[in-house]
Amino acid sequence: MSKAGHLNLNHLYKSFHVKDKTLSVLEDINLSINPGDFISIVGSSGCGKSTLLRLIVGLEEDYQGDLLLNGQPIVGTSLDRGIVFQEHRLSPWLIVEKNIGLGLVNSKISDAEKASLIREHIELVGLTGFETAYPHQLSGGMSQRVAIARALVNRPKVLLLDEPFGALDALTRSHLQQELQKIWEKEGITMILVTHDVEEAVFLGNRIVVMEPRPGRIKKVIDVDLPYPRNRNSLAFNHLREQVLAEFGEDAQGSDETNVALLEPGIDLWRFSW
Amino acid sequence: MKILTAIPKPLRAWVLPVLLLITWSVYGHVADNLSPAYVSILSVFERAYLLLASNELQLALEGSLTRLIKGLAIGAFIGFVVGGLLGASRLLDKLFGPSFNTLKQISLFAWIPLMSIWFGMGDTGKVVFLAMAAFFPMVVNTYEGVRSVPRELLEVARVTRLSRWQVIRLIVLPSAVPSIFTGFYLSIIYAWLAGIGAEYFLSSSPGVGTLLIDAQEHFLMDQIIVGVTVIGLVGLALNASAGRLEKSLLNWRGKSTATY
Repeated sequence: MSKAGHLNLNHLYKSFHVKDKTLSVLEDINLSINPGDFISIVGSSGCGKSTLLRLIVGLEEDYQGDLLLNGQPIVGTSLDRGIVFQEHRLSPWLIVEKNIGLGLVNSKISDAEKASLIREHIELVGLTGFETAYPHQLSGGMSQRVAIARALVNRPKVLLLDEPFGALDALTRSHLQQELQKIWEKEGITMILVTHDVEEAVFLGNRIVVMEPRPGRIKKVIDVDLPYPRNRNSLAFNHLREQVLAEFGEDAQGSDETNVALLEPGIDLWRFSW
Repeated sequence: MKILTAIPKPLRAWVLPVLLLITWSVYGHVADNLSPAYVSILSVFERAYLLLASNELQLALEGSLTRLIKGLAIGAFIGFVVGGLLGASRLLDKLFGPSFNTLKQISLFAWIPLMSIWFGMGDTGKVVFLAMAAFFPMVVNTYEGVRSVPRELLEVARVTRLSRWQVIRLIVLPSAVPSIFTGFYLSIIYAWLAGIGAEYFLSSSPGVGTLLIDAQEHFLMDQIIVGVTVIGLVGLALNASAGRLEKSLLNWRGKSTATY
């Protein structure tokens, strides 16, 4: 059994119906993704990159064209396809183990095997020792590691990542990017990462798909031949980064991140209770 | 600020009651002509002792609490089921939601004439009335809890291929528990209040409310104060025990709605 999946997108169209209008979100997407590929999809907001991921994972339906995994059309969700969202989406009432185990609830394997798979994946994402912690006890980066473990625990053929590190601080982000790259090499599965961070796209992807918005189309596919692990400071890396940036022009420079000033709660008798 | 921080934490809640007691006893000593409605703190304690010694207070409490537990169990359970069904099914919500919202608007005490004719003036009538009091907040909050399950988590459930029942057991119910507990707290309080009210309106059987009516009829101010205090203390105890239950079920949150 091949661990990775071969994905084929042929003349894929997707539109949403808003009131009486039809809004075209994706137009004529053609992409062939080989088993074990790491595809980075970049584009400014509104280019339909998240919709594309949601189509592949099976959360969106009603598309035109072909969407095939190993030759079979994708219908609904499947344990063959895991996803990590931008938010960790952990159940706050479940400890780390149980959150990861959510992916195994319907696996037809013994409880002992489930337990060992969970243990393995906790180790894979570097969270040994936090098995029984509740999500509110974890940092943002740790929560996202749990989400990655939850998506990987069924050993899916394809792992989809929808801006998984977008909400994390720069240090945690680059750390997790390195770890994700190692996991990809170790597991040998197909990964598709959606991001608006060009550096992240170049650091991780062996192919970069640049999309343009309204309606979402593929503008260019760039192959990245740099060996892993990549050096962010190398000339070739920066050359590629420039090349990708040039592809989607000025709107890529603007970052979506906003700084939220955190108010330090002082010890003041007259403060509001929240 | 300094005054407040000077008082040790566990004692802070007692500031108001103690001030009240001091004012009460000082007033008794300094006032010139005391109203006949004034009783001294001492006579309240005396009355409490008499009521305890004659077993009257225990019987009253037993009566009120037994009806409370029966009514609460019936009302909260049915309310949980109805609220859960209305929350989980759009169809049921469309069919029965509007009727329920109309019923909800009717003052609880407006049901008393009907309840007394249907179920009699005895214990059954009172228990049904209590159950109704517990029913409404439970429905509303269970419904809210079930409806406000985060869409994001339901998507995770779809991706991990959970079945309908697994979604309910692993996602919907746990996510609704805090709201369900809010409903349960309100149910306890409503049922307890309605229980005292029911003793007023439906003919008397042993109960704390009956104790109050008797006191009013015989102008026993001290007994009135004993009764009111007992009602307050029982309410407090009920809330505290529900809070303990919630804490054990919701240790993933570390915060309780009981304190509000």
